[in-house]
Amino acid sequence: MIKRFSLGLLITLFLTISANADKIRIGTEGAYPPWNSKDESGKLIGFEVELAWALCRYMGKQCVIVEQDWDGMIPALIMRKFDAIMAGMSITAERQKAISFSQGYADEVASLAVMKGSSLEGLDTPAGINLTKPNAAAKKALKTLTAALAGKTVCVQTATIHQNFLDSGDVGKVNVRTYKTQDEVNLDLASGRCDAALAAAVAFSDYAEKSGKPVVLTGPTFSGGAFGNGVGVGIRKDDTELLNAFNRAIDKARKNGDISRIATKWFGFDASM
Amino acid sequence: MGLLAFGDTGWGDELFYATLMTIAVSITAMFIGFLFALIFTPLKLSKNKFFNLIGNSYTTVIRGVPELLVIYLFFFGGSGAVMYVASIFGYNEYIEINAFITGSFAIGIISGAYSTEVFRGAIQSIDKGQFEASQVLGLKRFVYFFKVIMPQMLRLAIPNLSNVWQITLKDTSLISVTGLVEIMRQSYIAAGSTRDPLFFYSFAAVLYLLLTFLSMKLINRLEIKYSRGF
Amino acid sequence: MITSLPKLLGATVVTLKLLSLSLFFGLFIGLLFAILRLNKNKIINKFAYGYSYIFRGTPLLVQIFIIYFGLGQIEYFRSTFLWVVFKEPYWCAIIAFSLNTGAYTSEILRSAFQTIKPGFIEAGKSLGISNKIIFYKIQIPIAIRQSLPAYGNEIILMMKGTSLASTVTLMDLTGVAKYIISTTFKPIEVFIVAGSIYLFMTFVIHNLIKFLEKKYGY
Repeated sequence: MIKRFSLGLLITLFLTISANADKIRIGTEGAYPPWNSKDESGKLIGFEVELAWALCRYMGKQCVIVEQDWDGMIPALIMRKFDAIMAGMSITAERQKAISFSQGYADEVASLAVMKGSSLEGLDTPAGINLTKPNAAAKKALKTLTAALAGKTVCVQTATIHQNFLDSGDVGKVNVRTYKTQDEVNLDLASGRCDAALAAAVAFSDYAEKSGKPVVLTGPTFSGGAFGNGVGVGIRKDDTELLNAFNRAIDKARKNGDISRIATKWFGFDASM
Repeated sequence: MGLLAFGDTGWGDELFYATLMTIAVSITAMFIGFLFALIFTPLKLSKNKFFNLIGNSYTTVIRGVPELLVIYLFFFGGSGAVMYVASIFGYNEYIEINAFITGSFAIGIISGAYSTEVFRGAIQSIDKGQFEASQVLGLKRFVYFFKVIMPQMLRLAIPNLSNVWQITLKDTSLISVTGLVEIMRQSYIAAGSTRDPLFFYSFAAVLYLLLTFLSMKLINRLEIKYSRGF
Repeated sequence: MITSLPKLLGATVVTLKLLSLSLFFGLFIGLLFAILRLNKNKIINKFAYGYSYIFRGTPLLVQIFIIYFGLGQIEYFRSTFLWVVFKEPYWCAIIAFSLNTGAYTSEILRSAFQTIKPGFIEAGKSLGISNKIIFYKIQIPIAIRQSLPAYGNEIILMMKGTSLASTVTLMDLTGVAKYIISTTFKPIEVFIVAGSIYLFMTFVIHNLIKFLEKKYGY
């Protein structure tokens, strides 16, 4: 009885392996529009979903897109639940300690957002600052932000570059509140539980457009430093073959204009890199 | 009500399938739980101290740690453990366990700890005289167990097993972390996509209430059927 | 792993605070609804039964999501004075936990009240003690004593339930464990440490209840 049961169990397990043995499994979150999200029929859509199919065509491989909650994304990759991450994940030094990244395929600035009428609206800062080597204007902007955000609750999605930036202390001591998904951050920004929120600027404009809520961007846009160097494909460190394959595919897709085309379709501007 | 429309425009069909998934996972988990209980109940009742320790550790640890942590551990460690076992037999490829099996096992292990306690209590409340009676009659041990103990144990256990079923059913709401699309995850996705969490979470609550209500009706019938003769 | 231990222990304090406040409010809610359940008025009775049925028949996760994310979306609700409380994830969690444990507690206390031997009450009456005093000085203490084992289980279930506070942004033991994982990417080790802390708390609660049972036992 036990023998037959364990045999049956093994057969079930092995069936799932053989089905996906030579496909590349790509993990995405499905809750970070316009990078990746789900439509009304529950189908995965978005910039990265479309780009993933394009890259797989260039690699001449079959792919499966696997859904994974953001907070378990890197552990799931390491545990081999899938082979690559395409989930709006920025290339940062911290993440590179655990996994490798392909070259970046898109880049997008981060920004603070508040509700219209907030005291944090219309801060006196430059349009954008780069934190890799902050110049005088950038340092001044950080000071302005530090003063404005003191004691305020700023909401971010957990384990993101946005959380890292707020935790770094560059804008002083703020009340950082972390959420499982960007959807939840948006909800609580609109409900007034958050004084401000920090995420990719498009995440907010996408939300404002679809929900009709008066969400506005404020302060400078951020890039460099804690915000990383663009978004790339995350791959296990020992998987150099796949890493090279992705890099070559990204080269081809960029040369043929696929990345710009898909990016413009989803972002409304060319976010490719 | 457009939100609940079937087809590509609403979430009706998705939620319907998600409800079926919740039922399927609950039943599978309950069954896996029974298998665990079948192993651990004798261990818990054993006079051997070592077996006893194993049996007690299982129920104590599983019932003493949040379900969410057990599920996380299973989700992250499950395939690793299976691969480790497979590597002992010389199989080194990646083994993918699908979300349904992962989820059912995680909930099943939890459910099994509660079932074990119920079976233990039921067996212990069976009159000792019956054991002596079977000995006098010269019944073999397994005949005694399957023909004398089991029927009585099941009858005594049914009311408490209905509690275990309720716990199991509700615990399935936590396996959304494994990516399995059951009621809770589907509501979560729908709430995120439509930005209407109040509607979808309330609807999820109604679905769970319906499931608990209907299953209790069913169990009550079983109870009446099996308590005939008492 | 050793470095994350202080953080996890700090978060344990949050977990214990959530637990004790929820149990405190839950006990009052439970007592209130247990009394309502024993009321002879059918409407009051049905209302109390409905409350406990709904909260026991749905997952705690759904309850906490409705209270936190659901209610927060109603514009009218946000304009009432209640929003001061519901604005904070901490209080939303405590409200959800209290209502949940209150439902279970009401069932435990109700069955305890019903099993009190009528002799106790009659004895009180024959001594000329007023109904009110009989209720507060005889029925309630006996009911509490009788429900200790079941209530002990409920405390442990609630302690485990507080781990869901992490789903509404609170940094309790589970929340901090998940945060550490998101920076170290080592889920198994961290969950085992966090799990051991929960297990230790279960152990303490379990033995505390056993001690109380012995002390107040017949």
